[in-house]
Amino acid sequence: MRISPEWLLFLSLGPLKLNGTIVFTWLVMAVMTLGSWLVTRRLRTGVRIPRWQNALEAVVSGMMGQVRDVTRQDPVRFLPFLGTLFLFVCVCNILSVVPGFQPPTGSLSTTAALAIIVFLSVPAYGIKKVGIINYLGNYLRPTFFMLPFNVMGEFTRTLALAVRLFGNVMSSHMIGAILLLIAPLIFPVIMNLLGLLTGLVQAYIFAVLAAVYIAAGMEIQKSR
Amino acid sequence: MENLSLVAVASIIASGLCIAIGAIGPALGEGRALAQALSSIAQQPDETNTITRTLFVGMAMVESTAIYCFVVTMILIFANPFWNYFLSKAGG
Repeated sequence: MRISPEWLLFLSLGPLKLNGTIVFTWLVMAVMTLGSWLVTRRLRTGVRIPRWQNALEAVVSGMMGQVRDVTRQDPVRFLPFLGTLFLFVCVCNILSVVPGFQPPTGSLSTTAALAIIVFLSVPAYGIKKVGIINYLGNYLRPTFFMLPFNVMGEFTRTLALAVRLFGNVMSSHMIGAILLLIAPLIFPVIMNLLGLLTGLVQAYIFAVLAAVYIAAGMEIQKSR
Repeated sequence: MENLSLVAVASIIASGLCIAIGAIGPALGEGRALAQALSSIAQQPDETNTITRTLFVGMAMVESTAIYCFVVTMILIFANPFWNYFLSKAGG
């Protein structure tokens, strides 16, 4: 049995293989781009606005509020990155109820790629805000004995970010498939609903943890 | 026993024990975290949003170890490299 959409080959030309992860990621990208282009074609201000514009504005302002609460700074700088993370993982996980669709976040490649992006963005935001001396000095806080633990902590929390999302999405997707072998209809449907819930929660967790790591990298800690 | 059945027995027992033992710790930890969060909501109901958000983030981190055990179990059952290797040797 296949545990990841990577093993689903659509097309292979020599060394290039078009597997399920890539195709479903393109599908999610197309859905998100097309949807947002359709909604933002005619933006209106004023009292009466179209309902899809209203929905998108609610989503954006909700995300800005959450990022502002978590990072305690002006959220506009982080919103493109964190908002894209949240929306991409959210749409991937929600579309998994469409029959035939395998969520690309159920493959370790996608989640590892997202975690590596977060890993690289923490020093990017940190050095831009506090300068490279202060940022590297943070690794020696509270005492310089903590240097190996701080460095190890950076790597393990990136790994945990990737495996957490992969494990949750892969397991919830497989539970439905396994249960279909055993129970007829009701129980797999309930497990699919549970998979939707955990998918949304994991999308939120991923974005919030990325926000926490970025905010932690941007502060200047005092040594003892 | 020859290699193939040895691999099968070891994989099955290991995967069962892995998820059984691995699910105990995180469940206890999450229960304690939830109890603590409920009592702090009772003490400060105004901060419910912050407490709930921190609770969810903390629970996701605590649950990570259970997810690691689950992934190992799934790999042992469904994508076992040792089984595939010995199966190809026995078949070919």
